[in-house]
Amino acid sequence: MTGDPLFADGVDWGDIAVMGVKVVVAFAALLVATMFMIWFERKLISDMQHRIGPNVAGPWGLLQAFADGVKFFFKEDLRPANADPLVFRLAPYISAVTAFVAFAIVPVGGVFAAEPGRQGTVTLFGKETILQVADPPVGILLLLAMSSVAVYGVMLAGWSSGSKYPLIGSVRASAQAISYEAALGMSVVAVVIVAGSLSTQSIVASQAGGVNTWLLLTTGIVPFLVFLISATAELNRPPFDLVEAEQELVGGFHTEYSSIRFALFFLAEFMNVITMSAIMVTLFFGGPAGPVFFGWTWLWPTVWFLAKVVAFLFMFVWFRATLPRLRYDQLMSLGWKVLIPVMLFWLMFLGLVQLAGVQGWNRIWVFIAAAIGFALGWALLAAALRAAKRNSVDDDVEALPTHTAGRS
Amino acid sequence: MVEVAVFAVAAAACLVGAIGVVLSRNPVHAALMLVMTLFGIAVLFVAQQAHFIAAVQVIVYAGAIVVLFLFVIMLLGVDRAAELSMGALPAQRWTAAAFGLGGAAVLIWLVAAVDRLFKGAKSLALETAGLTDAGAGSDPTDYVADVSALARSLFSDYVYAFELTSLLLIVAVIGTVILARRSGYGGSQHNGNASEAAKAETSSEAGQ
Repeated sequence: MTGDPLFADGVDWGDIAVMGVKVVVAFAALLVATMFMIWFERKLISDMQHRIGPNVAGPWGLLQAFADGVKFFFKEDLRPANADPLVFRLAPYISAVTAFVAFAIVPVGGVFAAEPGRQGTVTLFGKETILQVADPPVGILLLLAMSSVAVYGVMLAGWSSGSKYPLIGSVRASAQAISYEAALGMSVVAVVIVAGSLSTQSIVASQAGGVNTWLLLTTGIVPFLVFLISATAELNRPPFDLVEAEQELVGGFHTEYSSIRFALFFLAEFMNVITMSAIMVTLFFGGPAGPVFFGWTWLWPTVWFLAKVVAFLFMFVWFRATLPRLRYDQLMSLGWKVLIPVMLFWLMFLGLVQLAGVQGWNRIWVFIAAAIGFALGWALLAAALRAAKRNSVDDDVEALPTHTAGRS
Repeated sequence: MVEVAVFAVAAAACLVGAIGVVLSRNPVHAALMLVMTLFGIAVLFVAQQAHFIAAVQVIVYAGAIVVLFLFVIMLLGVDRAAELSMGALPAQRWTAAAFGLGGAAVLIWLVAAVDRLFKGAKSLALETAGLTDAGAGSDPTDYVADVSALARSLFSDYVYAFELTSLLLIVAVIGTVILARRSGYGGSQHNGNASEAAKAETSSEAGQ
């Protein structure tokens, strides 16, 4: 059963009001969370580098992001003479809007139970509803749709700037996003196979029976790792931030942007980090699941959800402080030669395990067959890669003798 | 009432986008207009309760195919002041007009024929997915049944068509790789671009 119980018995003005409140609260909460995230990242990374970080505006520099925002509003909005006026204005909005919309499908609270029935509902103003902006029938596919539309924001920003570094940055960004979207989509498919539903509400409900029912474990960890790596690449976060590699490309696709338009890109970037963390919590870590202790029972799931999201945000900052940036060919070969083949195999394996559960086959034989299949596929892939490597070395020697000198 | 409004807005977006694709002088603007048409079609799918098809429309067409168009436009550098000054072929206008009129006639005939065929039937999507007798119509919000019905018909009734399509795509990918490699021996710069485009193309097919 998907869909919001709010609309189960027709729509009246009260329902519309509740919906409006949810939209406004989600919007405001995301904005505040983005400002918190900017402060959190700067403070944490300066701690890891033995610096002090922002400490002037407000206690512990908490108001630093607010001060930056005010500054952005009052800066002059520059547009390069070579820029395409319409597309240059359009691009930041595409980035910001897709970042907001993707968060709408995340259930941020509500008590879920392992038994079927109405799940994760709370009562607001006498109306029963779910604590997420929307639960569309396509559920998690909305995330993939939004992340594929978000590519336009980056791509058009780089192209319309009429300048070479943004163009290089945006071509890199779109190639990277398209490459890693395949792996990201396949790890979502793994979740959908095991949970048996596209709706985020049902996916969370299927993980309500304790830690051992979390999809992290029931899908066998591999999809989570693939999702984590591809999500980092989709977000253009370090170590996959070639898109805005400062040493090579100035600022990447947003080099020519200033003032509020730059702020929109900045906002979208941090908001996407929050959304991806929330999606990971939803898909693999039980969403708002957690023990309920005392007092307001409806509040505890939201507390658990926020705690899990902050843990992921910490991890993304940790990545940035620790890992060096990948080279472009390393990025591409990780995506195409490691993540996608591994995920393809894992999808077939999960399908086989599901089928074995339905048909009542012996698990041991299933695992043996899967191991043989994996060994065969891996051997084929390794042979193909070896052949490709041999050929590409020949190419390099013929065509670009100087360029490859340092590579081997 | 709401349905009529949704249809009017989405259809207007489709038509404006389609006309814009033809009239834009800048290839990037034309590609963006195409995206507008695709979004309009996705909204029309949602209005028909075909949520999954709408999502796939956005993910595959808007998210992968048109991004590739833009990718190629940027890599080839034909974006500013498109070079269309090459003269028309002899009798090209008349041939184009004849084909256009013929296409319009076929389209009108098709619409009339489909209209006659399905008058009274619930909906084309429900009919082909075999949902009318599956008992899934009891709850229109229960979407899982719809996706699995789609999968069932795809992997049982239409399995040969499905597998042949994937074979076709693989042939296309291998052909692209071979062409890209063969033409690349001359200059190093071109080789890199071509193989990158081939890679990106593979991803769009994986997405399908």
